[in-house]
Amino acid sequence: MEKHVLVVFPHPDDEAFSTAGLMIQHTNQGIPVTYACATLGEMGRNMGNPFFATRETLPEIRKKELRDACAVMGIRDLRMLGFRDKTLEFENQELLIKTIGEVIDETNPSLVITHYPGYGIHPDHDACGAATVQAVRLIPEEKRPKLYCLPITRDREEVLGEPDVRIDVSDVIDRKIEALKAHRSQTEGMVRKIESEVGNPNSEILNWLSQEVFWIYNFNSEDNEG
Amino acid sequence: MKQINSREVQEVLEGFTGKEVFLHLETTNGAYAAQDKEKRAVGAYIRNAKITILNAMIKGNGPFRIGLKTNDGWVYAEGLTDWEVDVKDRLLIAGHDAEGKLAVALQISITPFK
Ligand SMILES: [Zn+2]
Repeated sequence: MEKHVLVVFPHPDDEAFSTAGLMIQHTNQGIPVTYACATLGEMGRNMGNPFFATRETLPEIRKKELRDACAVMGIRDLRMLGFRDKTLEFENQELLIKTIGEVIDETNPSLVITHYPGYGIHPDHDACGAATVQAVRLIPEEKRPKLYCLPITRDREEVLGEPDVRIDVSDVIDRKIEALKAHRSQTEGMVRKIESEVGNPNSEILNWLSQEVFWIYNFNSEDNEG
Repeated sequence: MKQINSREVQEVLEGFTGKEVFLHLETTNGAYAAQDKEKRAVGAYIRNAKITILNAMIKGNGPFRIGLKTNDGWVYAEGLTDWEVDVKDRLLIAGHDAEGKLAVALQISITPFK
């Protein structure tokens, strides 16, 4: 059983597809969950469907959506780290690592979740994942929290093998869908499809949402590779 | 935002001529395009470039094109579909693709964008 879970992603809604179920399951048990979100997704392309956001209103809209999603997930500790969308790989990496490291120091999590660096597709996912891995690496080995990484490339299983952790979140799928819905500007079209399939046991998208998978980051094998 | 009416946009553009303004110019097909073997992610943006507009024009029948002749060169955007003047008097023009996703943006403001 975890003591405290820390999730670090670059964009509001990154959590909703991949880890919202895990986060809800933990807050349900009274385990604190901190969500550190590096940017506000200011450069997102989805403006709502039909669109209601503009490039200039999107940051405030997504900030509110993020707060709403956290309310749905029972998350009381949301940290908006204040970086800008699409710039993480160009940021001062020391600053990025230090910012994430401070959240780790303060929350002292037993489990950290982030994108798998190199398997994130979006450059922000890779940069945020790499900085989080580095921040955890700086903790002495005996005190290090577990680190679950999330690769999202299509070939992830071919390269990394089967996931180390599979979590069935079908018990909280309704709230996971509510969390997705909270990110309205980004998910409206998709949520319509999901809701039309609720109750269908063969629904590909519902089956995908019902299971969350992670790869445990192995610092030792990395050391071995030199 | 509403669909572009080129006459109205032209009028607003002319209000910026002769002035030093801040420009946000962007094109994107999204980082996830990299996932598709047939495509690749392409895009660029510049935020708060300071330009002086000498001459500004909107052309086409929709989607529209805009060209800004500046003191030192040119600014160009195509595929523009929607527009508004926001509460801060900034001219926001965007091109949305068939799925409603932003593909191009050209925005002009007297004060810097945040
Ligand atoms: Zn993302």
